[in-house]
Amino acid sequence: MNINENRLQDIDIQKLIQEKKEKRKVLKKLEKLVPVFLFLAAVVSVLTTFGIVFTLLSEAFTFFSDVPIKDFLFNTDWKPWSGSFGVLPLITGTLLITLIAIIVALPIGLSAAIFLSEYASDKTRRIIKPILEVLAGIPTVVYGFFALTFVTPILQSLLPDVKIFNALSAGIVVGIMIVPMIASLSEDAMSAVPASLREGALGLGSTRFEVAMKVVLPAAFSGIVASVVLAISRAIGETMIVTIAAGQSPNFTFDPTSSIQTLTSFIVQGTSGDTAYGSTIYYSVYAVGITLFVFTLLMNLFAQYIARKFREEY
Amino acid sequence: MALQTGEKSTKRMKNRIRKNKLFHTLFFGATALSLVILAMLFYRIISQGAGNLSWDFIKNFPAPYPDRAGIYAGLVGSLLLIAIVAVVSITIGVATAIYLEEYAKKNKLTSFIQSNIQNLAGVPSIVFGLLGLTFFVYILNFDFSLLSGGLTMSLLVLPIIVVAAQEAIRSVPNDLKEASYGMGATKWQTVLRVVIPAALPGMITGSILALSRAIGETAPLLVVGAATAIYALPDSIFGSYTAMPIQIYSWISKPGDEWPVVAATGIIILLIVLLIMNTIAALIRNKFQRRN
Repeated sequence: MNINENRLQDIDIQKLIQEKKEKRKVLKKLEKLVPVFLFLAAVVSVLTTFGIVFTLLSEAFTFFSDVPIKDFLFNTDWKPWSGSFGVLPLITGTLLITLIAIIVALPIGLSAAIFLSEYASDKTRRIIKPILEVLAGIPTVVYGFFALTFVTPILQSLLPDVKIFNALSAGIVVGIMIVPMIASLSEDAMSAVPASLREGALGLGSTRFEVAMKVVLPAAFSGIVASVVLAISRAIGETMIVTIAAGQSPNFTFDPTSSIQTLTSFIVQGTSGDTAYGSTIYYSVYAVGITLFVFTLLMNLFAQYIARKFREEY
Repeated sequence: MALQTGEKSTKRMKNRIRKNKLFHTLFFGATALSLVILAMLFYRIISQGAGNLSWDFIKNFPAPYPDRAGIYAGLVGSLLLIAIVAVVSITIGVATAIYLEEYAKKNKLTSFIQSNIQNLAGVPSIVFGLLGLTFFVYILNFDFSLLSGGLTMSLLVLPIIVVAAQEAIRSVPNDLKEASYGMGATKWQTVLRVVIPAALPGMITGSILALSRAIGETAPLLVVGAATAIYALPDSIFGSYTAMPIQIYSWISKPGDEWPVVAATGIIILLIVLLIMNTIAALIRNKFQRRN
């Protein structure tokens, strides 16, 4: 009894209340400060976008005060070291690679997606999907090595015209690189089609193939198109495979056996080595960069538009 | 309209079934093809590079002679780079995700930030390199340093980390949060003591996968000036550096029959590092899934 009384005397109620109030104050301040810091972090990503647009625009602007924008866009000669800056050969090079890549990746990617979503058992899917993820996680410099030391020699033994550095080999390997992207995004879109639609069609006597073609593909169409557009955008922006395997010769050609240069591989060439800061070549890199940025941005916005506009809700 | 005779419809039926079987085989074949390509890729690299693999290769600096070249500078450079990327991008990325999921009001600004992150994820990596070159290398005058490379890579993987962390936060059940509020916890206390611990496995998995993307990334580092031949480790974050993919690229670019072997050996080391990181991510994910 005595002890308890002593303790009670020790406790100063006033002080306790005061302490509690102080603690509340700190907490309240924290509650107000934390969102501000979190918001600042979120702003970093916005600043990154502005930073990209601003640096590309301002450096490209300097370039266009040296080289008329008309020459840049319509001249068919890209020889920066002798002062000719027509971007068309780089664009055709990029398109050639992208075209070859899509021709390779579209049938393989879509078939794999249909197989995984419509034919494969759960067990098979659980084994194959992670393997496709591995394919997607391989660094592009490794793919470049594969293109140069494996695919190119095979192509050369089949077609004697093929140069050591050529668009075909690089394009095929870029295609292999984007297969997992098409396969897994399209498979997601197809798996999202409700089972009731499938069951309805199967109940009417359709084969699995008919269900896939006539029910699932149309229902998942927007998702599939979006996945393909995103894959195209990846192929346009791919750098290492083309830098290693397609060469550094900006030829205005659609001949897949010849050496070409893409927008991305020029950026590598123009920034590494002996390009002086502030030279026209230095600024030309940014003009090429903004061309690349616009291409991929349009593709990405298009993919988002399709996914939103044509989304089927069930 | 006359009814089809039995024979005709059986024939049609057989055709349809045959078609189904044919395409089943085709679709399976395409899937198998991508697995075969993967196997071929690994086989090629291992058969070319494994013979050259040795302890010396791991602890040697790059050299002008193929038999003495090693990946030590690249390996250490990549690890240092990843350390910078981890600190910067995980801090900012997780904070962004918490803001978007827990604090942001549903307004135009929020949806702008959200779609901006989505678009940023689609920007080619080399364009990030150009941003890094102008901003970190020249404007902030960090030069071609480890710091420039690390910060550029951080911005590159930031969208991946944000999206992964957002998904992890979204999967935290609402009852947990409500229980916390019911106990009188404030919003930040709830986030710190309930949401983040519950979302942690997802965040860690996503972050490791993002970092493994950064380890394999080559193009932006070439632009922000990672060195290809370097004979010392960086002495500080302002020192010059190299990274594994850069070393591999420089070996691939060299003429002669012996350099591809060195490149293949480098690739084996790179793939081993990636394998370790992905295994850790998978283990964390599996452990987490089992608990649910």
